[in-house]
Amino acid sequence: MEKDFILELDNISKSFPGVRALENVNIRVKKGTVHVIVGENGAGKSTLMKIINGNHQPDTGKIVYKGKEMVMKDTIMTGQIGISMIYQELNFIPELTVAENLFLGREPYVGIKSILNNKQLYKKADELLKKEGLSYSPYTKMKELSVSDIQMLEIVKAVSIDANLIIMDEPTSAITNREVDKLFDKIEKLKEKGVAIIYISHKLNEVFRIADEISVLRDGVIIETRAAADFDHDSIISMMVGRQITNIYPKEKVDIGEVVLKVQELCSGKIFKNVSFEARKGEIVGIAGLMGAGRTELSSAIFGMDSYDSGKIILEGREIKIRSVSDAIKSGIIMLTEDRKKYGLVLKRSIRENISLPNLKQFTRLGWLEIKKELSEVAQKSKELEVKTPGLDIAADSLSGGNQQKVVIAKWLLAKPKVLILDEPTRGIDVGAKFEIYRLMVKMAEQGMTIIMISSELPELIGMSDRIYVMRQGEIAGELPENEFSQESIMRIATGG
Amino acid sequence: MKSDEKAAATKISVIETIIKKYGIYLVLLVMIIISAIISPNFFDSKNLLNIARQISVTTIIAFGQTLLIICGMIDLSSGSVVALSGVLGVSVYMATGSLLFAILVGILIGAVTGIISGFFVTKYKMPPFIVTMAMQLVARGAVYLYTGGQPIYQIGDFKKLGQGSIGFMPIPVFFMILVAVCSWVILNRMRLGRYLYAIGGNEDASRASGIHVGSVKILAFVISGVFAGVAGVLLMGRLNAGLPQAGINYEFDAITAAIIGGTSFTGGIGTAAGTLVGAFIMGILNNILNLMNVQSYVQQILKGVIIVAAVAIDISTKTRKSKPVKM
Repeated sequence: MEKDFILELDNISKSFPGVRALENVNIRVKKGTVHVIVGENGAGKSTLMKIINGNHQPDTGKIVYKGKEMVMKDTIMTGQIGISMIYQELNFIPELTVAENLFLGREPYVGIKSILNNKQLYKKADELLKKEGLSYSPYTKMKELSVSDIQMLEIVKAVSIDANLIIMDEPTSAITNREVDKLFDKIEKLKEKGVAIIYISHKLNEVFRIADEISVLRDGVIIETRAAADFDHDSIISMMVGRQITNIYPKEKVDIGEVVLKVQELCSGKIFKNVSFEARKGEIVGIAGLMGAGRTELSSAIFGMDSYDSGKIILEGREIKIRSVSDAIKSGIIMLTEDRKKYGLVLKRSIRENISLPNLKQFTRLGWLEIKKELSEVAQKSKELEVKTPGLDIAADSLSGGNQQKVVIAKWLLAKPKVLILDEPTRGIDVGAKFEIYRLMVKMAEQGMTIIMISSELPELIGMSDRIYVMRQGEIAGELPENEFSQESIMRIATGG
Repeated sequence: MKSDEKAAATKISVIETIIKKYGIYLVLLVMIIISAIISPNFFDSKNLLNIARQISVTTIIAFGQTLLIICGMIDLSSGSVVALSGVLGVSVYMATGSLLFAILVGILIGAVTGIISGFFVTKYKMPPFIVTMAMQLVARGAVYLYTGGQPIYQIGDFKKLGQGSIGFMPIPVFFMILVAVCSWVILNRMRLGRYLYAIGGNEDASRASGIHVGSVKILAFVISGVFAGVAGVLLMGRLNAGLPQAGINYEFDAITAAIIGGTSFTGGIGTAAGTLVGAFIMGILNNILNLMNVQSYVQQILKGVIIVAAVAIDISTKTRKSKPVKM
């Protein structure tokens, strides 16, 4: 039997200055199903969701919700008619308690809407948390929770409002596998209740686990909508990127030279201890480990963002002291941080200013900036990395995730690194952009750069590394040569099993 | 969409872009036209130079504030630093008879107060608001203590600094232009400027890009202090006395000029040209209101209203901008 549609999008188009974000998009979502939308960064997924959610208004086309044509005025209105959204970027107020956050904007009151009923608030929150199997107290402050706890809470919050349609934008980007299972159970239950879900994700494995229907969006156009069973991994990827990707890890044999970076007995309090490793010219060294194993802290110390207590860092045979980021940059050690928005970019400022920021000394003569030289070098680098933008004086804010990451890479390549540390370089970016970043890594290795890649995605580490170190509880717990790479061998060392 | 609708839409968006980009300049233009209509003498070169002379002291301070606000900070001590450096400049002149020496002492005092504020802001991570509010009290107290609360009169040729001219150009106006050019150069042609924008835009990312955030912040306070020092010497010259109570609340006029000129209070955005225009808007407003014999109490109310209106318009045009959103 044909199920009713809860949401029908009819010829939706939307343009922003200089960008055509969506073109004649038609999507129909049935009650009680999961409709997955996949597409590269910049394909228009978030814009589409924001149109459904009332954050943006479409230029043309109509939205039919529960059989009635509607104008989605704003998020308050869409919330009232039963649409709720889980954003990719977490929205919360750090000083609020879990309960206050859960019921933000719909707090229980005493009598007329004036005095908060705190007792009721915490009681309801406690019930909700227990029902959803979350162990923390409603009195915990948001800032004390981990990213994954917060993500789970966002999901609980969205579900607790009696929604008919839930939009989930990359809900699993920050949660553990066990929590993913929990989320998927929840989704199944919601489906039984007739709730429809629009689910956006880059993780194709997950997509196939829960999708009923899949739509592929590319450059603002729906390329294909089919039942999930009619798709397979490869067909989705090639539709998303519009070309065939034969091997998602374009690893090539590069001549590996002498040792460039040698770290000896590096210690920092309880965070990491006696860490020794080395990396060679042209080599891609992977660092694996569970969350909290000290990988990011170790590389931050080598990059001068954090301090270390003892131990040696030897670069090209000479011991160097790194007390600040600028020391590290001067010696040619560069790190791409995992949190692009916090540490990678000044979002308000232009692409040009961002790319040249750590490199301004190169463009300074007698204290004067040589703007022409800056422009030409920045333009060259951004062309080399194929940053997609209408111009270099556009705010970094307006780029998609993948393009922002390219801007960060351009900025650091201009600093001519000898050792490049990449911390989760492909987090939150889509298959196409990932592939480009892998290709860049190979190219950089070919040019004789030493690359150290920290990643939580084991296939990526295995696919790209020449050698992998595994960290556990702040120590290097093992080293694997290429012929011993496997997800099992890495996990065994990482978990101490 | 029909094609003429589309054309109309693009036309509107072109106008919108122009207003967004040059809004503040248009406001200045409108004010100049209104002034010219109200007062036939407005375009008299004397009147124009007079306006420039009147705004010079606060405008010089405003450039310091612009650099700081761009960097996500603020300096509430400028008015007091003006008094302290001006009075000390006067007494150095009385002792040595050298104007150059007096100016240098004014600059030095400004620089020292800047270093002290900058030190507490960077070393103890204190909010600039608090640190400079304290500095406001300390500098004001110091100048009262030094003078015993009494003005220094009969300052002789020192008054030339405020009242004299180089050719047709009043000396304070000359310094205002000099400071404006320095600020433009810092913001557009020097590394320091880029660092100020970057730190104001995202301090963490700036630190992770190898910028010595602390040094940049201290330097910004020093420059702001130096500008206040120069302003102090010029002001005492104009007043023809070393007045310890001079310059009270000047920082607010300066901040107002910077904000009206489009400097964003959240940091990372602002220009030297904008601040100059902001200062002229305030100056011309004063001028018109005086020419129209508006009572000074009413003037204050009007100024308050105009500040709110200017910023409200600025913010609403900026947020309406439908920038391409991440997809």
